[in-house]
Amino acid sequence: MAGIQLRSVEKRYGDTWVLRGIDVSIADGEYVVLVGPSGCGKSTLLRSIAGLNDITGGAIHIGARDVTRVSPRDRNVAMVFQSYALYPHMTVRENLAFPLKIRKDPPAAIQAAVAEVAGMLELGALLDRLPGQLSGGQRQRVAMGRAIVRRPDVFLFDEPLSNLDAALRHHMRVELKRLHRRLGATVVHVTHDQVEALTLADRILVLHQGVVQQVGPPRELFDAPANTFVATFLGSPAMNLLPGRVDDAGLSVGGVALGWVDGVGKAVRGDVTVGLRPTDVVAAAPSSAAGASPWVGAVDVTESLGAEALLHVEIGPHKLVVQVPEPSPWRAGAQVQVVPRRVHVFDPGSGRRL
Amino acid sequence: MRPNPVVVALAHVGLVIVSLVTLYPVLWVVKMAFSPGQGFSVGLWPIPSSVTLEHFAAVLGTTASDGTWLFGRQLLNSLVVSGATSLLGLVLATTAAYALSRWDFPGKEPGLGAFLVTQMFPGVVMSVPLYLLLDLLGMLDQLAGLVLVYATTAVPFSVFTLKGYFDTIPRDLEEAAMLDGAGRVRTFVTIILPLARPALAVTGLFSFMTAWNEFVLAATLLGDPRSFTLPIVLQRYVDDYGAAWGSFAAGAIVVSIPVVALFFALQRHFIEGLTAGGVKG
Ligand SMILES: Nc1ncnc2c1ncn2[C@@H]1O[C@H](COP(=O)(O)OP(=O)(O)OP(=O)(O)O)[C@@H](O)[C@H]1O
Ligand SMILES: [Mg+2]
Repeated sequence: MAGIQLRSVEKRYGDTWVLRGIDVSIADGEYVVLVGPSGCGKSTLLRSIAGLNDITGGAIHIGARDVTRVSPRDRNVAMVFQSYALYPHMTVRENLAFPLKIRKDPPAAIQAAVAEVAGMLELGALLDRLPGQLSGGQRQRVAMGRAIVRRPDVFLFDEPLSNLDAALRHHMRVELKRLHRRLGATVVHVTHDQVEALTLADRILVLHQGVVQQVGPPRELFDAPANTFVATFLGSPAMNLLPGRVDDAGLSVGGVALGWVDGVGKAVRGDVTVGLRPTDVVAAAPSSAAGASPWVGAVDVTESLGAEALLHVEIGPHKLVVQVPEPSPWRAGAQVQVVPRRVHVFDPGSGRRL
Repeated sequence: MRPNPVVVALAHVGLVIVSLVTLYPVLWVVKMAFSPGQGFSVGLWPIPSSVTLEHFAAVLGTTASDGTWLFGRQLLNSLVVSGATSLLGLVLATTAAYALSRWDFPGKEPGLGAFLVTQMFPGVVMSVPLYLLLDLLGMLDQLAGLVLVYATTAVPFSVFTLKGYFDTIPRDLEEAAMLDGAGRVRTFVTIILPLARPALAVTGLFSFMTAWNEFVLAATLLGDPRSFTLPIVLQRYVDDYGAAWGSFAAGAIVVSIPVVALFFALQRHFIEGLTAGGVKG
């Protein structure tokens, strides 16, 4: 087992920068989830760690070894591709045995290792099938098995669950968590799925346009996003961003004074971007004294999500999404008093957290 | 929607006619091969009026002046030349096609273009320079020389076919193999080649047939009857000194049997969809 050090890693194709100045240390046994919008360089970073593409600058260490110039086959990393990349002409058994056969493990050891992994992933009944005769979830497990069977130092997962239906994805998410605990391996996992990121990660790494925006435990990214990008990228429904001002009386938005709402630093002054999570807001009838908030608006649209509803509230020129429990008394057109419980304030220019 | 029975019937009549037109010349050859005499059959009816195996016996039993079995020797020549051509052609073409499919390098596009250009010249045009080249190499009248010539002429087509096929094999599979510890050669042999089986079968058969049927270059480069391949033998039956059409037809049938057999042997490899299930669609 080994950790991963990324030191000023950069990658560009001609004039196109894909990764810039990636400096991250991943501890031995840590589960790091890589998130970011499409095209931000997640796969590129993963492939750089695997050695499948060369980096144009910086260095990559795995364990104590500088692997920057080491070929993929000698890095002792296993990757689960988004496409699974199972060898179509080999049975499940042969797929699982392939890395061990190349390593020239003795046949008895190979058989034992394949049997163990097959048991772990419930592939026992499928060993003699070809990949074409498996369902998506089964292929996914075979791909996982082929990675596990070698006991590599590092696992790299590129959106391994994205082709599965919701139920299976949930099941596999739990399986992944269990596997990680059992193997204690270092994992870098790319995903588009927030829930996957929040539930699996020891730390989440947010990437945007090839630059690391923030690395930290899920809670930390959620509670103290480093900038407006991270703030709006994580969390569903997304955080509301509104222009505001902080003076000696506290925060005001659109001329309405809200006072020293939780989250506004006492030293902050001047124009700010206010971030307000739909879940950090309480909606009340305008007349009620629930929060005695002067912030009153009209409900424009309501969306029911089952256990909760989202109210799109118009306050002056601003639109705000507020989450309320179902059954919700609010209908379109109703007047609603909005009580912010907690806000995040960002520099309006740089977007950085204040 | 139910197809109109009249349309179906007409379509089948059309198909039967086309099939007959295609088969007619073959039936005619069969008729000549089994009819007594060496005459050129002029009748329209393709079924022989009386049947004899004398032509087959004569063709198969051809012996040289010293009494050795000449036809056997020539059949072996053809098999060796065609087999070696497919083998050498495949080795050269698979490796070249793989490189062309997977890497960018200077001269790649012009090189592919040059391959195409060589395909445009008929063999006759090449025969003189090839004669001189083989003379220079001391390989005239040698089967090895012929193999070399055939393999090089078969390579361009094979490279194009194989490159096209390799292009469809997802790179993920190779990358996975590399991460699993396999080197380039190992990946090529254990992952790429097995998946390219349909294309290998097609190009292998093509190379074999090219060599098996080729006449002009063989006639130019080979002088000794004991090194002849079968197309030259066939042609000799109907050359300037006389036309033994019966023997010619019988020989033609004998010569076509190995190719037909090879085709059926390889047929099950022509199936597509070998890569199904490896990567999600
Ligand atoms: N060979 C290449 N040449 C030029 N640009 C490339 C090449 N490969 C990738 N890129 C660019 O690099 C950027 C990052 O690609 P990458 O595949 O890492 O994105 P990603 O974050 O994995 O996206 P997704 O979530 O859609 O998978 C993209 O803008 C892409 O266009
Ligand atoms: Mg990607």
